[in-house]
Amino acid sequence: MLSSQSTQYPLRRREVVARLLADRGDLLVVTGLGAPAWDATAAGDHPLSFPLWGAMGGAAMIGLGLALAQPARRVLVVTGDGEMLMGLGALATIALQAPKNLTVVVLDNERYGETGMQATHTAGPADLAAIAVGCGFPVAADVFDQAGLEEALPRIRNEAGPLFFDIKVRVEDLPLVLPPKDGAHLKGRFRAALLGPDAGP
Amino acid sequence: MEQAETAHWSDEVHAVLREHQVRQVTYVPDAGHRELINACAEDGQMASVPLTTEEEGIALLAGAWLGGQRGVLLMQSSGVGNCVNMLSLARTCQFPLLMLVTMRGQWGEFNPWQVPMGQATPEVLRATGTMVFEVAQAAEIGETVNAAARMVFNGPASAAVLISQRVLGAKTFGR
Repeated sequence: MLSSQSTQYPLRRREVVARLLADRGDLLVVTGLGAPAWDATAAGDHPLSFPLWGAMGGAAMIGLGLALAQPARRVLVVTGDGEMLMGLGALATIALQAPKNLTVVVLDNERYGETGMQATHTAGPADLAAIAVGCGFPVAADVFDQAGLEEALPRIRNEAGPLFFDIKVRVEDLPLVLPPKDGAHLKGRFRAALLGPDAGP
Repeated sequence: MEQAETAHWSDEVHAVLREHQVRQVTYVPDAGHRELINACAEDGQMASVPLTTEEEGIALLAGAWLGGQRGVLLMQSSGVGNCVNMLSLARTCQFPLLMLVTMRGQWGEFNPWQVPMGQATPEVLRATGTMVFEVAQAAEIGETVNAAARMVFNGPASAAVLISQRVLGAKTFGR
């Protein structure tokens, strides 16, 4: 039985991501393909954001590699429920490494947004935060409303990780705000911004 | 005798990885990689990251490179099949990607279920833009990994070193 509740969820994804990335400082950001990448770009394209245009299922693992390489920097992965479902094993791999500086946020609208809003498994019985707990995340929670978001925001930036938040967001058809598409460019500008102009490709 | 030879190539490969400043060693375990996995796990300069499926490793190493670290992915040839779409990440963004693949389904394989992917491994890798280095002699593994690593990290490029089942010994399950 699929839930149709997500048309009624109070939180709006663009506003959530704008808050996640506000005053981002030296935050390092990886976004999953599709809507999360458009949301992050709507909040402001940034050299320390790495928006995916493919590699479905890989966002959280890119975040892990980055978090291990940069233990002094906070790494935030922002992805969608469909993308996270494709790489569930990553949650077990991340929990085993237990990086204190990594937060994974899923914008969960219970839909495959880029392919016609078909229901994902989270519209049915799948519970991503429970899966994260089962994989060994010390902190994993659902966020359903503005009060929950206000409580989660400082934890996402500051609390010792690994952290997992599943933020339930409304199904919406929003204008596309596209980041640069050249992957080598996105990689090069990220490395230059993080490691300095001589970082190379 | 075979054990001593196996330990030898693993020690040499570990030294090559150190020389190339590899900091993240990620893998789905394989018997052929056992000694190398152990050597890297004991190396305080290398983080060991076991995976649930091999494609995770390609994404991990992309993140490592974004953060300024080099890595290597160790897997069995069946794992190459699990990686196919994720190889696009390395290719499209030109991330360096070094993979060491122990072959199954190849030289005297006992288990027919390993054969299709083992036989397809070099073609699948080449089809996704990955350089392939095939090695069938234990004495040539270290220098081959070194050659591949130079091309990977100077590229950046994707490369796989395929270590023949002839070196590793075919698994027989006692038959």
